[in-house]
Parts: sequence; structure tokens; C-alpha cells
Amino acid sequence: MPDGASPVLDVKGLKTVFRTRGGEVHAVNSVSFDLKPGELLGVVGESGSGKSVTMMSLIGLLPSPPADVRAGEVLFGGTDLLRCPQDHLRAVRGGEIGFIFQDPMTSLNPVFTVGFQIMEPLRKHMGMDKAAARKRAQELLELVGIPDARRRLDDFPHQFSGGMRQRVMIAIALACDPKVLIADEPTTALDVTIQAQILELVRELRRKLGMAIVWITHDLGVIAGIADRVIVMYGGQIVEQAPVKDLFHRPRHPYTRALLKTIPSVRGEREAKLNVIEGQPPILIAAPTACSFRARCPHAFDRCARENPARRPVGPGHDVACFWDPAPEASDA
Amino acid sequence: MLTYTIRRLLIAIPTLLFISLVIFLILEMAPGDPLADQPLTVPPEVREKMRAALGLDQPAWVRYLLWLKQFFWTEPLHLVDSLFGTAFADPTGRIVSWQFRAPAMDIIWQRLPQTLWVVGLAYVVGVVIAVPIGIISAYRQYSWFDNLGTFVSMVGFSVPTFFTGVVLIIVFAVNLHWFPSIYDTTLKVTDWESFLKQARQMVMPVTVLALFNASQISRFMRASMLDNLQQDYVRTARAKGMSEKVVVLRHVLRNSLIPVVTVIALGIPTIFGGAIITEQVFKVNGLGQLLITAIYANDLPMVQTLTFIFAALTVLFNLIADVLYGVLDPRIRYD
Repeated sequence: MPDGASPVLDVKGLKTVFRTRGGEVHAVNSVSFDLKPGELLGVVGESGSGKSVTMMSLIGLLPSPPADVRAGEVLFGGTDLLRCPQDHLRAVRGGEIGFIFQDPMTSLNPVFTVGFQIMEPLRKHMGMDKAAARKRAQELLELVGIPDARRRLDDFPHQFSGGMRQRVMIAIALACDPKVLIADEPTTALDVTIQAQILELVRELRRKLGMAIVWITHDLGVIAGIADRVIVMYGGQIVEQAPVKDLFHRPRHPYTRALLKTIPSVRGEREAKLNVIEGQPPILIAAPTACSFRARCPHAFDRCARENPARRPVGPGHDVACFWDPAPEASDA
Repeated sequence: MLTYTIRRLLIAIPTLLFISLVIFLILEMAPGDPLADQPLTVPPEVREKMRAALGLDQPAWVRYLLWLKQFFWTEPLHLVDSLFGTAFADPTGRIVSWQFRAPAMDIIWQRLPQTLWVVGLAYVVGVVIAVPIGIISAYRQYSWFDNLGTFVSMVGFSVPTFFTGVVLIIVFAVNLHWFPSIYDTTLKVTDWESFLKQARQMVMPVTVLALFNASQISRFMRASMLDNLQQDYVRTARAKGMSEKVVVLRHVLRNSLIPVVTVIALGIPTIFGGAIITEQVFKVNGLGQLLITAIYANDLPMVQTLTFIFAALTVLFNLIADVLYGVLDPRIRYD
């Protein structure tokens, strides 16, 4: 992918807080990243690490209250999406930034036909009339590989299987030729065969349409297969960012290393049990003042409890938020 | 859908026959003598003749079968006769009310308009105000509007209509003299003035019943909206860039209305039978009041006929609610 091109999406210092009865939950803490045109950025981390909340925050999809996007800026097409009028934000959502969600079984409205649901953004953002929108909706269904597209426009979501529904979701997300596609664990709810089909479809669509993609997942295997660059999140922060090959060959953060060890191997000798990362993810009731991984980290030392490490560059396009330096011979973990 | 409806209608036949039998048996077992109101000076042999004249000397099963024949054969024929001027029906074979000494169905037809106007209008008003209140309450959950709505509907639902009715009569009829306290059934609407008079006498009973209906339905609407507002498809609609108006009034409302419409449909039979107490409080000469006076007078044919009609309407609207469910929710297929 082109390096050094100006990013389509530039997120700086994003902070999101949830107000709850038990106090504030700091779900996203000063997250900064950018997205280059045509790039596929993988975002990994365990449940509750802030992957989805980050992506929802930057486009105003979190219900507020309880969510409160407190600081940061999200530059998209020269505008800060956190401070622009609602109308502009709505034009961006679905128009220039498309979304795919985790559960295709519940993400479509059960009482409207699939055709209607694809036509809705077309009519709103592209100003198409009914006939034009319908023609385009049919093309989109064909594009995402749904056979007999013309007839299936009039079917309801329950008449589609899970994988087919996710294809419909992709068709909706791509309806207005977005510059950016945000996919929030789009294959998690699908079985592996369907998952492989959806991955293949996204790869192919990316080749055809050339949009930038943010792919949120906790499945490192998926990331290895499709991403150009990877962000690792932990406790609402980005702890490591690297090109995909670098991340798998030279992981720097102890959390990334632990994460990679948890991938079960098909070929390896049969082990007694799966590798796990001991301990619990952090409870985010306060803004971090120390490294949030230190309680589970095998390399933690006293500085980790005093300061929250900032991200520092360790290679081309590779940075890490950690004080610890692995010994050179250990770098092939 | 059509075969389903026909099948359900056929199943309704034994159901209704069974209901009619249960009503008959309950009335049969109930204490009370239709001749209790007659003076004690009537000699026993005359009393026996009177009983025979009412058909009470016959065994119970004969009287039940006779009622079935009258209700399902003679009365429909009579209806055909009165509509088309034919003469199929036996004029002496109709169900006769003992207290009115007139055909029960004729009296029911006379009383129906009052009930439909007062109770039916109250139901319509209740639905019309409940739906928007439910929508706004759910969308702005825990706002002052929602809290006020919750309070008012709790009051409206828990305070009985005979209490709110009497309070309204005392305040607006007795003290302020704004509205009449007694509903005048003989009033004919012929011009603007009589229309205003009719409207004024309807205000209080309609208000009392509408408050009660709206309390219930707005709660259903609110709960259903809240369920749907949290669904994933709402997030999808927002992610498509739809305006809040479209998200709420198209995507969420369409789904939320499915259970509410069935609740509304199931409530319609209560218009005919229900509001017995309100009709009594405001002296509205409708079906509810007819049933009460028939019970007091031991007018068994009238009670049997009215109760059965209410039961039949309940069965019918159950079916309508099920069919509506299938129409509104594409996931439901009956065939």
C-alpha cells in the first residue's frame, strides 16, 4: 500500500468515557491512529479492550448518555467529525464511511425487505429515485455474490442465512462507494466456512473498489490473512502498532507476545492445554497513570507502576507503548 | 393466510358452542327465580302456569337446544327478513327478553349505538393519545416527560373508573355545571345546537374511559419501543446515516407496533361488553347497563344472549389479532 500518502482518517487523542452508577469508565484513553487510502488496518485486542468503542466514538454511534466522547479529534476529509454539525456527520455515516457489524442475524431490520434497506442510504445520500436505487441495489447484491439478486431484493432478512445476511450488510455498507469501511468483528458470529467466504469477498471487493478498511477482530488468524498494518489494543489504549509481518515476526509488547502464544496450532504437538494469558483485563474506573498490563506482565518492573508508557518508535512503522526492551536473541518469539 | 383464517373460523364453531353451554350451565346453577318479583299473592297454580309460559317447565337440555336454535337459526333468518323484506323466520320463535317482553336482539340493537359512541370513542381517543405518549416516553426515557407520563398512567390505571367518574361528576357537573351528570339517550342530533349538547354529555364518560385505556396502551407502547430501541438494527439504521426521525418513526416504530396492535385489537371486544361500570356511573343507556339490569331482573335469555355475543366477539378479535400479527410481521407465516 502507498506509504506516506496523506491519511483518509486521522484520529488524535481520542478519549471516551462511560458514565455509570459506579463512576466513570474510561473505555478509550488517548487513542491516536491514522488510516491510509486503500489500506486494511487490523485492530486486535481481547473483549473490553476498547476496539469497538473507539470506532463507534469516532463516528458518533455510541448512545449518549451514557457515553461521552471527551477529547480528541477525528479528521476526515478536512473536517473534525467530533465537532461538526449532526447533518454533516449523518452524511458521512453511510455515505463516506460504511459499517459492518458483528451479528448479521440481528443487524438487519426484520420488517423491511432487504431491497428497501439497501435503497435507503442510496436515496438519502446519493439522491437517487426509486428506480435508480433499485437498479443499484440489485448491482450491489450481485457484487457481494448473492445469486438471483433481482428476485431477492423483495425478500425479508429472515429468508437469508447468516452468511448471506452478512453479505447484505456489506452491500449496505458499500452502497454509496465509501472511502472507509469499518468492519466490527464481521465474521465472529459466522462458522468458519462462511467466515472464509466473507474474508475472500472482502479481499476481492477491496481489489475492485479500493476503499480503506478498518477490521476489528480478536482473531489473529484472520488479521494475518488480510491486514496490511495492525493496531493492538489493551485497556482502552493502543499498546502496539506495526506492519502485519513485523507484528507476527517481531512483536515487542509483552501483551502482543502473549496474545500470539495463545493461537492454537493445528500442526504442533498435542499440548495438554491451550495457552492463556493469566489474570484479568484491567477495570477501567480511572484514567491510567501506570501501565495497565503490568499486573499480568512477566517483565514488569517498578517504573511500570509509576508511569503510563507512551508509544515510542522501534522500527519503520512500528511503535510500542512499553518500557521493556527484549534481549536481541528473544526477538523471534 | 386465507386457509389459516378459514381453519381458525371452523375451529371457532366448537369453541363457541362450548362457551354457550358453559354460560347456560352457569346461569342454570345460579340462584334466583325469574318470578321472584311477582307478588306473593299470586297463587301457586298460577305461578306454575307462568313458569310454563316462560318455558321453565321444560328440562334444561331442551331449553338449551331451544336457545341454540333461536340464536343460530331463527335470529339470523329474522335479520335476513328485516334486511331484504322476506318472510323466512317464524315471528314467534325469537329469543324474548323476560323483563322487556320484547325480542332480546331488538333491544340489543337499540342499545348498541350509545355504547359504540361513548365507549368506542373513548377507546379511539385512548389509542390516539397513547401511541405518541408511548413513543416519546421511550425515546426520552427517564426525562421529565417520561416520569410525568409514568405517574399519570399509574394513576389512570390504578384508580378505578367508578372513582374518577364520580370525582368528575362532582367537580364538573355538580360544582361547575359545565357538563350534565346524566347521559340523555333520547337526545337526537339534528342541528348544531343538539350536536353541541351531545358532545357535552359525552365529554366526561369519554374522558374517564380514555384515560384508563390510554394508561394501559401507552405503557405497552413504551415498553415495546424500549425493547426495539436497543436492537442492533437501530444501530445499523444510524450507521446508514438515517435521521433520528427516520430511525425512530420508521425503523423502531414499525417493529414496536406489532405487539401493540394486537393488544389494541384484543381490547376491542371490551368496548362492547366492558365499561359496564362507567355506563352505570354516567347513566349511559348502553349494552353494559343492559347486562346489569338483565342480571338484576333474572332475565336469563337476555343475559345468555349478551354474554354469548361478548364471548363471540372475543373469539373473533382474537382471530383478527392473530391475522394482523401475520400481516405486520413478515417472519410469521401461518400456511
